[in-house]
Amino acid sequence: MQTLPRRLAVAIIVAVVVVFLSIKLNAFRDYQIAEIAVEVTAVAGITVLTGLSGQISLGNAAFMAIGAYTTALVLLHLNWPFYLVLVIAAAVTAVAGAIVGIAAARLHGPYLAGATLLLGVALPSVALAYPGIFGGEQGLNVTFTTPAFLGVNFPPTRWQAWVTAAVALIVLVLLANLTHSRIGRNWRAVRDNEVAAALDGINVAAARVRAFVVSAASAGLAGALLAIITGTVAPGGFTLTLSIALLTAAVIGGLGSLPGALWGSLVIVLVPTYVTDVATSHGLSSTVGANIPVAAYGVVLILVMLVFPHGIQGGLLRLISAFLGTNQKSRTGRTAPPPHVTPSADQAPASQHEKEGSS
Amino acid sequence: MKKSQRLRWQAGAIMTSALLGVAACSSSGSSSSSSNSSSSSNAALTASAPGITPTTITIGSHQPLTGPAAPGYSEIAPAATAYFDYVNANGGIYGRKIVYKYLDDGYDPTKTASVVRQLALQDNIYALFNGLGTPTHLAAVSFLNSEKIPDVFVASGCECWNAPSTYPETFGWQLDYISEGKILGQYIKQHYAGKKIGYFYQNDEFGQDGVKGLDDEIPASMVVSKQSYVPTNVNVGPAVAALRASGAQVVVSFSIPAFTALLKLTSLKLGFSPTLVVSDVGSDPITLGGLLEAFAKQAGATVNGNQLTNGIITDAYLPALSASDSWYVLFKKIHDQYEPKAPLDGNFFYGMSVAYTFVQAMFKAGRNPTRADLTNAIQGGLPQGPMVAPFAYSSTNHLGVTGAYMGVIQNGVVVQQGSVLTTDTTATGPITTYTGSEEQAPASGIPSASS
Repeated sequence: MQTLPRRLAVAIIVAVVVVFLSIKLNAFRDYQIAEIAVEVTAVAGITVLTGLSGQISLGNAAFMAIGAYTTALVLLHLNWPFYLVLVIAAAVTAVAGAIVGIAAARLHGPYLAGATLLLGVALPSVALAYPGIFGGEQGLNVTFTTPAFLGVNFPPTRWQAWVTAAVALIVLVLLANLTHSRIGRNWRAVRDNEVAAALDGINVAAARVRAFVVSAASAGLAGALLAIITGTVAPGGFTLTLSIALLTAAVIGGLGSLPGALWGSLVIVLVPTYVTDVATSHGLSSTVGANIPVAAYGVVLILVMLVFPHGIQGGLLRLISAFLGTNQKSRTGRTAPPPHVTPSADQAPASQHEKEGSS
Repeated sequence: MKKSQRLRWQAGAIMTSALLGVAACSSSGSSSSSSNSSSSSNAALTASAPGITPTTITIGSHQPLTGPAAPGYSEIAPAATAYFDYVNANGGIYGRKIVYKYLDDGYDPTKTASVVRQLALQDNIYALFNGLGTPTHLAAVSFLNSEKIPDVFVASGCECWNAPSTYPETFGWQLDYISEGKILGQYIKQHYAGKKIGYFYQNDEFGQDGVKGLDDEIPASMVVSKQSYVPTNVNVGPAVAALRASGAQVVVSFSIPAFTALLKLTSLKLGFSPTLVVSDVGSDPITLGGLLEAFAKQAGATVNGNQLTNGIITDAYLPALSASDSWYVLFKKIHDQYEPKAPLDGNFFYGMSVAYTFVQAMFKAGRNPTRADLTNAIQGGLPQGPMVAPFAYSSTNHLGVTGAYMGVIQNGVVVQQGSVLTTDTTATGPITTYTGSEEQAPASGIPSASS
């Protein structure tokens, strides 16, 4: 397949852009790049789970917590190199994902949402129940140092941006290949019609569990990255709000589309900071300004859903195909899987209509 | 009356700045070669450190303006801002105005890490001031120290801020929870000998440190039950029922205001009426009274907040909100002028007081301070200002105020009982009566540069 070289090329281009930006921008922007990369890694997991396999999770913050605490504990007690720690964090979370996935494979829709919600709410409390191991409410400290070969004056946030972006890109490439493999096709088949998929010989339960494992491993990696960039792991950082924010990012970006994970993450990370800055620079008191991002978040969500029902990625593809004319059908079909959960029959009339209108 | 006062201040401010301007002009040639001579009273104002310009000092903070800790605590930063506005309008700090930028972290450590980096790396703050919360500030403390940014007067009584060797830039301010527990414990031991004591505490650093202090003083034989809660679970019914079943006659509570209110209301519902002893953190009568009324209303009942808080025993390290106190008079004047819509309660008082301490430290740091000048100034000791007891600051101690007085809430006000007591965080450290007198608020409302 020649798609793999193409994906690698895209990943390398993005990596070059990230390195360029990280050198050009100030240290705080570097930190934001790292935050976006963490968000992308976690949201990509949701994209696979919800967008491709049709399962919903309100508990991915809990998987992030597992990854983050694994990182903190391994660094604290064993002091292994960080790349090994990342692998361990992903592996531990994958095991947790398998356990939850086996239970979840029997549940559907609201029942699955309820079960994962339970996980998301209950798991952070484990840290409070065993303060001796997990540090209780104040959590654990994580030390992540810049390697010596970069020199003492190398900005730590730039190194963090590089590491997180590299991991995020590797995850995206791996997930892109996975979704276009037999496994990914099975997920879409299960999502669109379970009975038909089972009749075709697909092991529905196994496919669903597999999606859960992949999603949990992504979330665990994201949690590990979050731990090393923030330098702390505490239960207050992995609340239900985070799980919902991840799901929101996936929906805003375009459910089921990996580039959408990037757009959604950009919105989630940058809009609150930008809006707060605008609010305070327009003389609003910080107390009022603090509530503006929450409102802006809601407005963005509503607008995206109204204007781009298939998320930002879906909207972009429609705009591009409208701009270039009708002969782009094959190209759009190849760059992104159907950016929505519902059966693809829904989209066909919509995009056709769009093209007719534009030509 | 008010208008003429304001005019007088403005005139004063203009004159001061004009004088400073003249002084700066006349000396700019001679002092530029020795820009470090911060003691010289007529040295030109320079950009002596990150966040300091000839006209401004930019400081930042992370505060819970939204989320679970916002009720009550979101009033602190606006109160500090009001005090800084007052100082800025009256000559500033050696002519520089304080720019205070505080960002919302929603009491979420991940957001704290992000907003503190924004303040440090993008807004280029001179110091982080009064960052609020133990789990939240712990997400910022290593970063601030590695960047050598003064991390002053953390709004949390965790003993963890007192680590001069690992966190040389970090300083506490309020009474630490261990000392507070000891002072409350001694009072209980002396006044309720032979009674059964129950504990109710928040299951984190705050409550656990408090319990450590209580246990240092209260004989284990007196304690019949220890119950804890976590702030994310509002169902305190089982804990209160266990206290009731243990026959506790006195319940001592290390709780945030919302949970003090829940403890009180749940006790009432269960027909359980022990004597309540509550830590300063959760006993501000105005906040507590408001919460009691609000919670009762949600449950369809009407209560009188003041009536329910009557008789609660507590401690305090800030002067009482009484019209005879010089600090109350000063802070009320500033409140009425700059932030009249905010409730004038313990949280507001807290914000004003910590801002006052910061202004003291900045004056002491000198005309053109580096970041190290500020931390050295604090380590050299600060006058106690509005606090009822002295600060512990030295090169080996970064804790804040060392003592408090016991009081009882009557009609929404904490009425002092006995003298101010001071102690330290060690299990054997004695609790002594503080004999020094309290400071009076300066007539100008601004600490003098010489102190």
